[in-house]
Amino acid sequence: SFLGSNCGALRQQPFDSSEEKPQFPGASAEFIDHLEFIQPNVISGIPVYRVMDRAGKIINPSEDPQLSKEQVLNFYQKMTLLNTMDRILYESQRQGRISFYMTNYGEEGTHIGSAAALDPRDLVFGQYREAGVLMYRGFPLDLFMAQCYANVDDLGKGRQMPVHYGSKDLNFVTISSPLATQIPQAAGAAYAAKRENTNLAVICYFGEGAASEGDAHAGFNFSATLECPLIFFCRNNGYAISTPTNEQYRGDGIAARGPGYGMMSIRVDGNDVFAVYNATKEARRRAVAENQPFLIEAMTYRIGHHSTSDDSSAYRSVDEVNYWDKQDHPISRLRHYMTARSWWSEEDERSWRKQSRKMVMEAFEKAEKRHKPHPDLMFSDVYEEMTPNLVKQKEAMWRHVQQYKEHYPLDAYAK
Amino acid sequence: MYSSMSMCMNKTCNLEILGLCFTVSINMRCICPSVIFGEDVAFGGVFRCTVGLRDKYGKDRVFNTPLCEQGIVGFGIGAAVAGATAIAEIQFADYIYPAFDQIVNEAAKYRYRSGNLFDCGNLTIRAPWGCVGHGSLYHSQSPEAFFAHCPGIKVVIPRGPVQCKGLLLSCIADQNPCIFFEPKILYRAAVEQVPTEAYTIPLSQAEVIQEGSDVTLVAWGTQIHVLREVANMAQEKLGVSCELIDLQTILPWDTETVCKSVAKTGRLLISHEAPITGGFAAEISSTVQEECFLNLEAPIARVCGYDTPFPHIFEPFYIPDKWKCFEAVKKLISY
Repeated sequence: SFLGSNCGALRQQPFDSSEEKPQFPGASAEFIDHLEFIQPNVISGIPVYRVMDRAGKIINPSEDPQLSKEQVLNFYQKMTLLNTMDRILYESQRQGRISFYMTNYGEEGTHIGSAAALDPRDLVFGQYREAGVLMYRGFPLDLFMAQCYANVDDLGKGRQMPVHYGSKDLNFVTISSPLATQIPQAAGAAYAAKRENTNLAVICYFGEGAASEGDAHAGFNFSATLECPLIFFCRNNGYAISTPTNEQYRGDGIAARGPGYGMMSIRVDGNDVFAVYNATKEARRRAVAENQPFLIEAMTYRIGHHSTSDDSSAYRSVDEVNYWDKQDHPISRLRHYMTARSWWSEEDERSWRKQSRKMVMEAFEKAEKRHKPHPDLMFSDVYEEMTPNLVKQKEAMWRHVQQYKEHYPLDAYAK
Repeated sequence: MYSSMSMCMNKTCNLEILGLCFTVSINMRCICPSVIFGEDVAFGGVFRCTVGLRDKYGKDRVFNTPLCEQGIVGFGIGAAVAGATAIAEIQFADYIYPAFDQIVNEAAKYRYRSGNLFDCGNLTIRAPWGCVGHGSLYHSQSPEAFFAHCPGIKVVIPRGPVQCKGLLLSCIADQNPCIFFEPKILYRAAVEQVPTEAYTIPLSQAEVIQEGSDVTLVAWGTQIHVLREVANMAQEKLGVSCELIDLQTILPWDTETVCKSVAKTGRLLISHEAPITGGFAAEISSTVQEECFLNLEAPIARVCGYDTPFPHIFEPFYIPDKWKCFEAVKKLISY
């Protein structure tokens, strides 16, 4: 269950010095007459909520969300499709076909479990390792590829590095590289949603590293004081590039910070898709009903490298990575749940692997052949309108490129 | 310029009451989902700009935030992205820097990086700006140059109550994130008759306040009033006719009006309180010498603050006062 703190704002009694209770406006508490420091508890920290054990067996049947076979199969297929897309696009970067990529290995459960618990109209603010949320909502493979290839079909018009996805239709705010900037923005968006009486929530994803940024503190504090219907979803995957968690923080992770802001908080097993689902669903229901933020810290493990620019063997052991890949993986745990109910056979697995790979390869081959967007798009959308200086600069660019055209890769771009 | 508007005013009010409060009040009436927020906004603000608004429009639209500029701007961006008209107040421009990342990396780039799927055009950031006589390092700054280097935002500075209302309403209506710097020394000092109904003054259009033939004077905000005096001194003492231009919008700035003027006069003086090195006068100077090189009769003059932090007791020596500007006009004429 969620760790609560004092509900609502601190209530102020009228000042009365005949009372022995502290009268300070800043805190509601009793006096204490002996000196005692509060010891932070990191040895037995906030417990990790889970529904399935590592073998995919339900521990407490009353916590089983009892989703339909169709829903569970959909979870599984989305997680594995993401995994397949990751493998192919990671390889494509190694082969020089795309410039950069970030995989989601090991964290598929955090994406699919949380996405499934939301209303599709809930606005999503992400960091960069949440592609499964977008996939769950129905973002087609073609558009994932288009963004990574920065081709003419990219909704982002080729302006950003790979994995900086966005979709207005699917209510997924475009990813930006600076970390944690989305956190106070999510608070503002949730406040606006509250004012409009939409009964929608906003969800904001970030890693345990980004949670160290000042913007995280700002977002938590604003959302609590301004009573925003918002879910903060922290993916604590053990590493921020090479920095392990014991160099990122000294307290009990991110969940323990929530009560400091007056915020409902919970820690969950991020590799248990049902635990993620249950926690997100309940957080969402209450965030909207009670206009308060909820903090979910999903414990997980980043199985892949930080990105294609990283080689994590430089800072962690192969044994450690293998443990998570083989012994505690969201995809395998769900598969065990499914096979135990005879919902998924070896044949289903074989045929799905083949089919999903084929889908990804087709999208991939198609995306590679497409042109890049027209270079005029370098100059638009800086402002809503084209400004005079940009009109001049665009003309100057084309004059130059016409004169030196053999030095510019015009053939790759749309005419 | 305002001849087409019906001027039904019979009250004089200073900037803080009419220019600002009224503007925000009109906006909040006209644009349903607008919200105004920041430190101490609820009780009326440290410069009284939001007095009466909470009672009139409600606590969900006029509210205090925690003391955190990066949060104020980040929150404002998110509200704007979700469709609200968000007016974020930073208590002093000197304290805007914690929000620099949110402004430069996020607000300014929101539309471009998303391929126009998302934008925060509904965001306006307001901050008191410029010297006030005793403000010292942290209550006197003019940071417009930092933001001039950031494509995607607009930076606007009014010289008085009438411009304040028109320009602020334009910023609020403009579908790009805008920073609106308000000369704090004018909050209590400037008194003008301001039309009571809503009107806008276009952004990115400089105003030729006074025509002249010998020297072009360019400034914005408080410094316009200094240069107006300088123009009078030049006429009386030197028989020199100055053309005075209020830039009004720093970014994107109206190169055409300034260059057209310099092509006519051949002499340019730009003046601002902010330190001279890398100040916005440098950008104007560079563009004008490119466009008007053969028209120039003298090097372009910049009369600005020194390259020091804004001092306390030394303010009278620091600021680009009318004597420094007058001396610069003399040098331009006698080159």
